[in-house]
Amino acid sequence: MFRYILRRLLQMVLAFFGTTLIVYALMFAGQGDPIQALAGERPVTAAQRAYLTEKYHLDATGVGGFFYRYFDYVKSLLQGDLGQSLTGRQIGDILQAAWPITVKLALIALAVAIIFGVTAGVIAGIRRASIFDNSTLVLTLLVLGIPTIVLAPLAQYFLGVKWQLFPPTAGSEPTFYALLLPGIVLGSLSLATALRLTRTSVAENLRADYVRTARSKGLVKRRIVTVHVLRNSLIPVVTFLGVELGNLMSGAIITEGVFNIPGVGFNLFRGIRTEDGPLVVGIVSVLVVVYLVSNLVVDVLYAVLDPRIRYE
Amino acid sequence: MRVRRLAAWTALPLAVTLGLAACGSGGGSGSGSSDPNAAVSIQISEPQHLVPTNTTETSGSQVLAGLFSPLVDYDAQNKPYEVAAQSVTSSDNKVWTIKLKDGFTFHNGEKATSDDYINAWNYGAYAPNGQGASYFFEKIAGYQDLQGEKPKAKTMSGLKKVDDLTFTVTLSEPYIDFKTMLGYTAFYPLPEAAFSGPGVLKDSYEQAPIGQGPFKMKGTWQHDAKIDVERYDAYPGQKPKVKGVEFRVYQQLTAAYADVQGDNLDVLPTIPTENLSTAPTDLGDRYQTSPMSSFQFLAFPTFDKDYSNPDVRKAISMAIDRDEITKSIFKGSQQPARSFVSPVLPGYRDNTAGAAGEFNPAEAKKLYQAAGGPSKIVISYNGDGGHKDWVDATANQLKANLGVDVVGSAEPKFADLLTKVEKKQPVGLFRMGWVMDYPSMEDYLGPLYTTNGSSNYYGYSNPEFDKLVKEGSAAKTQDEAIAKYQQAEDILAKDMPVIPLRFGENVFGHSSKVKNVEMDLFQRVNLVKIEAAS
Repeated sequence: MFRYILRRLLQMVLAFFGTTLIVYALMFAGQGDPIQALAGERPVTAAQRAYLTEKYHLDATGVGGFFYRYFDYVKSLLQGDLGQSLTGRQIGDILQAAWPITVKLALIALAVAIIFGVTAGVIAGIRRASIFDNSTLVLTLLVLGIPTIVLAPLAQYFLGVKWQLFPPTAGSEPTFYALLLPGIVLGSLSLATALRLTRTSVAENLRADYVRTARSKGLVKRRIVTVHVLRNSLIPVVTFLGVELGNLMSGAIITEGVFNIPGVGFNLFRGIRTEDGPLVVGIVSVLVVVYLVSNLVVDVLYAVLDPRIRYE
Repeated sequence: MRVRRLAAWTALPLAVTLGLAACGSGGGSGSGSSDPNAAVSIQISEPQHLVPTNTTETSGSQVLAGLFSPLVDYDAQNKPYEVAAQSVTSSDNKVWTIKLKDGFTFHNGEKATSDDYINAWNYGAYAPNGQGASYFFEKIAGYQDLQGEKPKAKTMSGLKKVDDLTFTVTLSEPYIDFKTMLGYTAFYPLPEAAFSGPGVLKDSYEQAPIGQGPFKMKGTWQHDAKIDVERYDAYPGQKPKVKGVEFRVYQQLTAAYADVQGDNLDVLPTIPTENLSTAPTDLGDRYQTSPMSSFQFLAFPTFDKDYSNPDVRKAISMAIDRDEITKSIFKGSQQPARSFVSPVLPGYRDNTAGAAGEFNPAEAKKLYQAAGGPSKIVISYNGDGGHKDWVDATANQLKANLGVDVVGSAEPKFADLLTKVEKKQPVGLFRMGWVMDYPSMEDYLGPLYTTNGSSNYYGYSNPEFDKLVKEGSAAKTQDEAIAKYQQAEDILAKDMPVIPLRFGENVFGHSSKVKNVEMDLFQRVNLVKIEAAS
């Protein structure tokens, strides 16, 4: 197990540099005129152009320029310095302020997905073809069919503005309650998927041989479901949720925008819009780490859930 | 609905007790319904900078308008009057004497002196500091010495201190509108505490700017979240009617719009385009409009031979039904434009474009064919600014009225569009917009239409026009200047380098918790007039 984790960690280093290189290259290639983008529609003075060009080595173009800037970036990255955004702020500071809020939101969304998705999935799986099963099917298909870009403003309008059950936006120092609505909106998609996965998996396992054996041994149904079926059924769900955690952490660009939550997605969106290369690459580098770690955790969890899986 | 009714029930007894308390304390002015101890919230985007000489966008300028007091501000006719200045005078419009009012102090207690202005302006003009608003100082003598990678000097020779409250500004050539210009954000002073050495600004200054205005910082700039300011009691000018202002950062206007509807945000200076059609019903009398200086137009690549004939340009202008577009697409939130400068300016005249501004499809087609206009017209715009609808509508009108093929073509960003225009790639007509920095006709005519204008991307050049603008800015009196500017504008009507389309308006909304919300020409909320309803 230890050797497995070590090997994975080494692979992660490679994956990390590979992805940052790609992201950096994409940002580099897609960059039009970041200085003009920063100034919006105003003319930029020669003095300011010269100043920013020198500060961010924007004059280093072409393949040589690309590697010069990339290695420059990696060098300071290894010293723990994520660099400065084009507006002159430390990217480390930006992330430090943005992360806690995004993590909170992601955890709420994940909790919503687990509590409602998995529970409803188990019930639907046990009572197959019941009214409950069919109605959850319709509901989840509906949620899966509506993109967040529609769902979030709708939820905001009805629950926040019209009926005033929740504050319409969360803002910078949100209470748990203010984050609840965005959390539910963000979690609804994972909820739907988790529900479908759990239901299928539970339904399948209920017909498995070991369940029949347990039942013929005279075990009570509750014990069969909670101990035997659930544990086996959760394996695909855990994989999904693990990957989903990475997704949620990467910041929900749409949800954070609609509910005005200054998290990672919020900053990423601004970075992309203003062609702020350093900011985008900085955020994405950290996100890559989050993905890699959450994948590793999922793989280790497998072994815990399923004794048949062994890592050497 | 239920929540609201519940709130009303609890609010009633509360209001009664509050009313009694007010009587008990012997207060109760005539209006009685304004709460001087309440704070209000105003939407902004994350400012790029909060150093006056580096602030060129609305959000930063809104915050600084609270923290600083300008030398001059503009009255109802948009003529300058003194605020922090006692007088701004000149006999020849070249050497200006600025006397400061006594009694202005910075929020750290420092007295505001002429040194604070001189140091701030020198810092702003010094090229290696990379300040975004440095071009505002280019009219001051000695500005050129501060430019380049290794400037010859660190201070402009045109700035001279006379005493603590007086200094003189020598311009490189006479400029009639210099006093008007002083109302811009870039001309605020910086306290001694802002500098760590001569000409070196402290890094931390921007996080909690110290000004001499009606409000002072409460804490520091909380990036991406908010900026809190509170009333500065030692401010000698007109006192604000609220205790503080929270400038709340929003990434998306639609989120802020939801908050204004739900009384969770007090002022939204710009109603998002998506909500324009429903806003008047959503907000009722909390939906308001006021004049603003923005000017939207379509520019011709005059260097392109297809569009080099003024008759072609006029014909295209005549084939556009401006009234229809402002009504159906902008829901009356913008006004049709038939002149080349904004109506908010002294010297503005209606319909200077003359016949070319009138919608006349039959005449347009005749003129277009006679002048040999191109058989295909492209209208380029930036796809990120909500311009698609009106560009498509314009294209359809041109198609129908001129009988030629017209398409709208989106570039991802404005910067991409400018890059193409600068490389003289065939982009066809392209959209442009302009917001003034200070209310003077010169601020439109100079940058937009003179040969070396900073935003003249369309290559328009008419020596006679350049000469008139120059004479106007060197004029002795305002009236004389305006006469020259108007003559210059008449040339534009003949040459038609651009098609004026629309003048903008502030379209804003506020919560039921505030009143007396006024917006200025620069899309800023008037912070000393706003009141909290109670």
